[in-house]
Amino acid sequence: MSHPSKAAEFLKDQAKSHWHDETLWFVRDKRDKISKSIPEWENLRTLASGLKDYVLNNLDSLLLDFEANAKKNGIHVHWAVDAEEHNQIVHSILEKHDCKAIVKSKSILTEECHLNPYLEKRGIEVVDTDLGERIVQFLQQPPSHIVLPAIHLKKADISKIFHEKLQTEKGNEDPTYLTHAARLHLREKFLKAKVAITGVNFGVAETGEFVVCTNEGNADMGVHLADVHIACMGIEKIIPRRKDLGVFLRLLARSATGQPITNYNSHFRSPEPGKEIHIVLLDNGRTRQLARDKFKNSLKCIRCGACMNTCPIYRRSGGYSYGSTVPGPIGSILSPGIDVKKYSTLPFASTLCGSCSDVCPVKINIHEQLYEWRQEITKANPDLAKGMSMKMASGIFTSPLAYKISGSLMRKSLKALPKSIIYNPLNVWGKERDLPNPPKESFKEWYKKNRP
Amino acid sequence: MSSRDQIIQAIQKVKPDNQTLPEIPEFRVPEDLLATFILSIEGNKGQVVSKEDFSSWLKEKGYSKILSNSDRLEVSNLQILPSDPHELAELELAILDGQWASAENGAIWLDDTQLRLRAIPFITEHLVITIPESNILGNMHQAYDKIGAAHSSFGVFIAGPSKTADIEQSLVIGAHGAKSLTVVIV
Repeated sequence: MSHPSKAAEFLKDQAKSHWHDETLWFVRDKRDKISKSIPEWENLRTLASGLKDYVLNNLDSLLLDFEANAKKNGIHVHWAVDAEEHNQIVHSILEKHDCKAIVKSKSILTEECHLNPYLEKRGIEVVDTDLGERIVQFLQQPPSHIVLPAIHLKKADISKIFHEKLQTEKGNEDPTYLTHAARLHLREKFLKAKVAITGVNFGVAETGEFVVCTNEGNADMGVHLADVHIACMGIEKIIPRRKDLGVFLRLLARSATGQPITNYNSHFRSPEPGKEIHIVLLDNGRTRQLARDKFKNSLKCIRCGACMNTCPIYRRSGGYSYGSTVPGPIGSILSPGIDVKKYSTLPFASTLCGSCSDVCPVKINIHEQLYEWRQEITKANPDLAKGMSMKMASGIFTSPLAYKISGSLMRKSLKALPKSIIYNPLNVWGKERDLPNPPKESFKEWYKKNRP
Repeated sequence: MSSRDQIIQAIQKVKPDNQTLPEIPEFRVPEDLLATFILSIEGNKGQVVSKEDFSSWLKEKGYSKILSNSDRLEVSNLQILPSDPHELAELELAILDGQWASAENGAIWLDDTQLRLRAIPFITEHLVITIPESNILGNMHQAYDKIGAAHSSFGVFIAGPSKTADIEQSLVIGAHGAKSLTVVIV
């Protein structure tokens, strides 16, 4: 299913989609305010971007350093070329410890690998412990946003599923009440789990340590009570030095939610006595993306989600309309690198306004890459990318006469046509927007009359 | 070929010319570090009390299950540190000494030396962290300068209580970890 048709689904509930739009804009606004409170904000972005350029250009040696140092610290390091191998590695560690139930903190990477269904098929109970992720897990849905997994849901939806799963009072929609019910429920799971899985925000080559950031404290509750900690990390999450964390931690939470830092920023260097830490380093298409000159710097992403919060398309079409693990602008340049056919409509789900690039803390030229992907996709398969209205436009642009006639026709018809035609389902871009008042004459006509 | 070698080779095949690693310059820091730090902690939904007010604060709270690793505050009737963190499931208050703090965001650094058991600041219902005023630094760069060379098996920057906004973006304090953070300036 294409992005436009799934976006249309989302827009059916107008009140909810309007709320979604406004709420994400509110988060974007918080990001603006807090970024402006730091005079060196732009310097930090440039620094972070430069550091990530260095990382992408020296990924081999940094990964090898990271591996050597992590091993020296008593951490087990595993390498996985793809999702299948990643899941096998995780499963084999669980088997070795005869573990039938795990707790997991937010990890977009394990979503990317579809680890949950893989483990569940093998009889292992997986409990997502981030509140938003637990909510969507109850509903058997994927997260719709990488930082705000349940942003597509209203508290009434959450109250209903909690009543069913956690026996909370029927109709009690108070966020505090619901959150504390989840706290009690998840505490039981934390206290029982023998193995905990987390993602990784940053891996430090110099020290072999890795950093996990949360506000809820769920990653730490899981790993410090369990005997075994498995950390799943994309190979691009490496940074050179410990002090580089200063740059990235200053940018991450400010860009993500407009707060100065996440409340817990844990640095794991070696296991607690008697315990184990495993790191799984995952490629899964990342080296392929690295080889694409135009698209490689999409790998600089630190997963803050700022580009989603600012994107006029994401805000109005919801995370699910993208059908990819990472939605929004950054997802629309990462996903075609994984499967260009499946995600062919995503680079078109953008107005190319450039707001995503403006807010990106590591200065990825997201909108330019969206444009580049459009070129690639159209070249590879002219029919694949174009919807009905695009096809009509391409016919008009190839004939100068048709272009002239269609222009005057359009100016007249925009006034005359009933909204039902402009907002016809065939015209996916007409939905939920108003067209400007058409000018009386074209620039060409005006120039003819007014030229000196 | 192993997966490791396969990944490394794929990277090396497209490796461009060498590039230098950017250096991190010094940035200006707030003038009044203590005032900025207090504002940051409060912004993160924590609270700050002075050393003088601490004992009356503690008395008022009336916690009975208290664990302290602090060398800076004197508290009586403490629990004994268990070897298994699961025994801390009912812990009401933990008191820990922070090493360094960053004024710009309220982040306080603690490592294994202070924690002894890594689970303590997360499993406890409420958390107190002490910090000497002279250990409050300007920003995260200064904090990493201080801790950069230390070999902490585990270390954490804590900046506030456990919180979430996953239900309709409404802020709720006390998701999984400590329901409150009280910073005592010593």
